[in-house]
Amino acid sequence: MNKRMSAADVIAQIEDGMTIGIGGWGARRKPMALVRELVRSPRKDLTVVCYGGPDAGMLCAAGKVRKLVYGFVSLDVIALEAHFRKARQSGQIETMELDEGMLQWGLRAAAYRLPFLPVRAGLATDIQRLNPSLETVRSPYADGETLLAMPALSLDVALVHVDNADERGNGQVLGPDPYFDDLYCAAATKSFLSCERILPTEELGQQGCVHTLLLDRGLIDGVVEAPFGAHPTSCSPRYGIDAEHLRTYSAAAKEDSGWGDYRAKFIDVDDSEYVKAVGGSARIESIAHTIF
Amino acid sequence: MANDGSSLADLCIAAAAEAFRGDGEILASGIGVGPRLAASLAWRTHSPDLMMTDSESVLVSEPVPLGPRDGYQPKVEGWMPFRRVFDILWAGRRHAMTSPTQIDRFGNINISFIGDPKKPKVQLLGARGIPGNTINHTCSFFVPSHTPRTFVDKVDMASGVGYDDSRWDEGTRRDLMELRLVVSNLAVMDFKGDRHRMRIVSTHPGVTVDQVQAQTSFELAVADDVGETPAPTAEQIAILEQLDPHGQRASAVSA
Repeated sequence: MNKRMSAADVIAQIEDGMTIGIGGWGARRKPMALVRELVRSPRKDLTVVCYGGPDAGMLCAAGKVRKLVYGFVSLDVIALEAHFRKARQSGQIETMELDEGMLQWGLRAAAYRLPFLPVRAGLATDIQRLNPSLETVRSPYADGETLLAMPALSLDVALVHVDNADERGNGQVLGPDPYFDDLYCAAATKSFLSCERILPTEELGQQGCVHTLLLDRGLIDGVVEAPFGAHPTSCSPRYGIDAEHLRTYSAAAKEDSGWGDYRAKFIDVDDSEYVKAVGGSARIESIAHTIF
Repeated sequence: MANDGSSLADLCIAAAAEAFRGDGEILASGIGVGPRLAASLAWRTHSPDLMMTDSESVLVSEPVPLGPRDGYQPKVEGWMPFRRVFDILWAGRRHAMTSPTQIDRFGNINISFIGDPKKPKVQLLGARGIPGNTINHTCSFFVPSHTPRTFVDKVDMASGVGYDDSRWDEGTRRDLMELRLVVSNLAVMDFKGDRHRMRIVSTHPGVTVDQVQAQTSFELAVADDVGETPAPTAEQIAILEQLDPHGQRASAVSA
């Protein structure tokens, strides 16, 4: 079994109008090599589900997003995501703004093939007012409590980035937080992972304890080797968030030609040109981890 | 200000630390410089049973000083990735202190956007975990700049729940939530006014109740025994120096 493919192979499986879930969290372990490939593609009218960072911002800037489903969009080291803000403040995108917990709950419902899961988060706030499609449900038991029925967030495609994987799709996360990557994959019809390195299966166990083996191959439809594929977001322990690059990216939202210039320099290039454009592999590997 | 040389930030942080008093073995999450120092100061003084994280993914057995660590290693005592934060907060074992962009008389806060939901004038972070936090566990707020634009008559979006009866449907559980304390650069407030309206508990040295009211877009209740917010003690200031060796708190509140 060999699920090795290119980023272009992955994006070729995405169709206009699909719902795409993107793993990671803010500016942390985002599958940016796959996101850049998606930006380069002709795909459009996407619904994007994420704990948003530059993935959300870039896809908004590139006009790929019809609807964004999010708990937040932030670059972590820069609180507000300039490209996302620009898209919002110009009324360019539809939104489904959720509580962070509701989002993972919706993914879990989809993963378990349930229509919804009950939750209190979101009740008595404007989350309901802004998302009139959200319904409540009454407990059938003696308590009779009214709960919010968080609908399944079923994904057509999930994209995640991890440290290591084998070519069968077993994925390993060496950093301190798995985020919700396994849930995104479980909620999706098809899931693709990019990774820093593809290793023989027997070497995964030497790289970290068994708890690091987050993604089982049954969840994964394709594996892309993409060294530095999370840059400019972090892929702990290998490299931290590239705050300097994110400032360049963020500043690009200020000028009319900013996004076009950024795109020409950092997106409409191949992977090796990208690494060179952001300062080279040695520089990326030397990016310190953010102290939160 | 107080003639012992302590700054307004130290006073606000010391006042905010009181929010966590008596909380016991729950996760104290202070988001941002002021709230984090408040939770850390509570841990170091009156509430050492509190649990805290490194603001990323591990529980630590003592608060981590802010900023560059100069060799300090966080003292790890447990694993707390984001998924486990939901486990702990939905179980109610947490007290979070955050800094809202807007807050109203009943404690509904906004961190989402200003203006029209479809085309906001200012897009902010998004609701983050605020809806779930506020309905499931104790929350307090640290507001660096007390103005009519932050203390508003009506929030543009209620990211969190408050005590406004009209926002609650029949059958929803309201007994799991508590909005405990609001500390601004002018005053300390709670929600013990009539109908849980925001109420002034104390004003900071040199600030009058009228001045606080003038900077607030809704009518504040006033505690019968409203007094002056106590100045931080020498011990508290010394501990804050240790917790914030790079002086980040200097800009934690507006002068």
